[in-house]
Amino acid sequence: MSPRRTGPGPLSHRDESPDRLYTVTGGRTRSGPDTPFDLVTLVVTESEPAPGMQSEHAAILRLCRRPTAVVEVAAELGLPVGITRILLSDLLDTGRISARHPRTQAGGPGGYRLPDPDILEQVLVGLRNL
Amino acid sequence: MDSATSDATPGPAPDVTPDPGHGPSVAGPRPQLATTADNGLKIVVVGGFGVGKTTLVRSVSEIRPLNTEETMTRAGEEVDDTSAVGTKTATTVAFDFGRITLDAHNVLYLFGAPGQERFWFLWDRLFSGTLGAVVLVDTRRIADSWYAIDRLEHHGTPFIVACNDFGGPAHTEAEIREALDLGEHVPLVECDARDRSSSKYVLITLIEHLRTQVARATPQALQETPV
Repeated sequence: MSPRRTGPGPLSHRDESPDRLYTVTGGRTRSGPDTPFDLVTLVVTESEPAPGMQSEHAAILRLCRRPTAVVEVAAELGLPVGITRILLSDLLDTGRISARHPRTQAGGPGGYRLPDPDILEQVLVGLRNL
Repeated sequence: MDSATSDATPGPAPDVTPDPGHGPSVAGPRPQLATTADNGLKIVVVGGFGVGKTTLVRSVSEIRPLNTEETMTRAGEEVDDTSAVGTKTATTVAFDFGRITLDAHNVLYLFGAPGQERFWFLWDRLFSGTLGAVVLVDTRRIADSWYAIDRLEHHGTPFIVACNDFGGPAHTEAEIREALDLGEHVPLVECDARDRSSSKYVLITLIEHLRTQVARATPQALQETPV
């Protein structure tokens, strides 16, 4: 592991070849068009790893016993975000994880929507209490 | 393939001690979120190489900044950059992020995004659903910020400008505004990205700016947001 890298644990695939990443996802390069995983969607494990489960799936289930954002899952596993989304979709489809999506509405492509004023107040209070 | 990292400083990052006031701290390398956490929020920090994005994220984050990467294919995405070539290219972009637990439900993620022009498509992705953006500026290299500001204005994402103090010659606010072609309504603050309270103030300034925008938009909620 190069010293510049931060984060990836022993399961890191960061420096592995694209062939290896291809295998991780069974050849899929993208999750479905309706993939619900924002970078900050919080993932929560709903069932413990089962014997024989793909190691990446098991690692996600161990990692997300507490709520963990998609981007943190990617960083901890040392996988690109896109690959991580595919693995998460697998687990969501089989009910092994649940997903807590951001309540802030995402603007469409090229669009921005102002956040809810109540959320802004909560963010302000939280930041001031730091 | 093309790759880049944002301006992570070399060497080991200082250990981050979780604030005891924000959720239970557990043994292990990474403080975990409370089980009640259910709403992830985003703020994007953009700026030129070496301007201190990662430093700012680190100074307020409850975790050591993490790094991950996203591969994006440009084909099929709306291209409005006249310099973009219409061929399909995959680009891998690395970015850093940190985390702030705001309360039992809300968790704020700070993303440090590279500011170079060739990463504009990453920003549009990162900006999706973001509360707003901080443009971090080195006043010795103001031109490095022009493109980021241009993209934010184009995208309609509210932002503030924070000048990271590198100890260069002092500029007046008017000089900086002129050099950035910055409207009077965009807050401009000075900061020391290494300092936690200074970085915290930058974030508070952004949220207060957003609140002002909301108040301004409320009478005509469906009207397009002024930037």
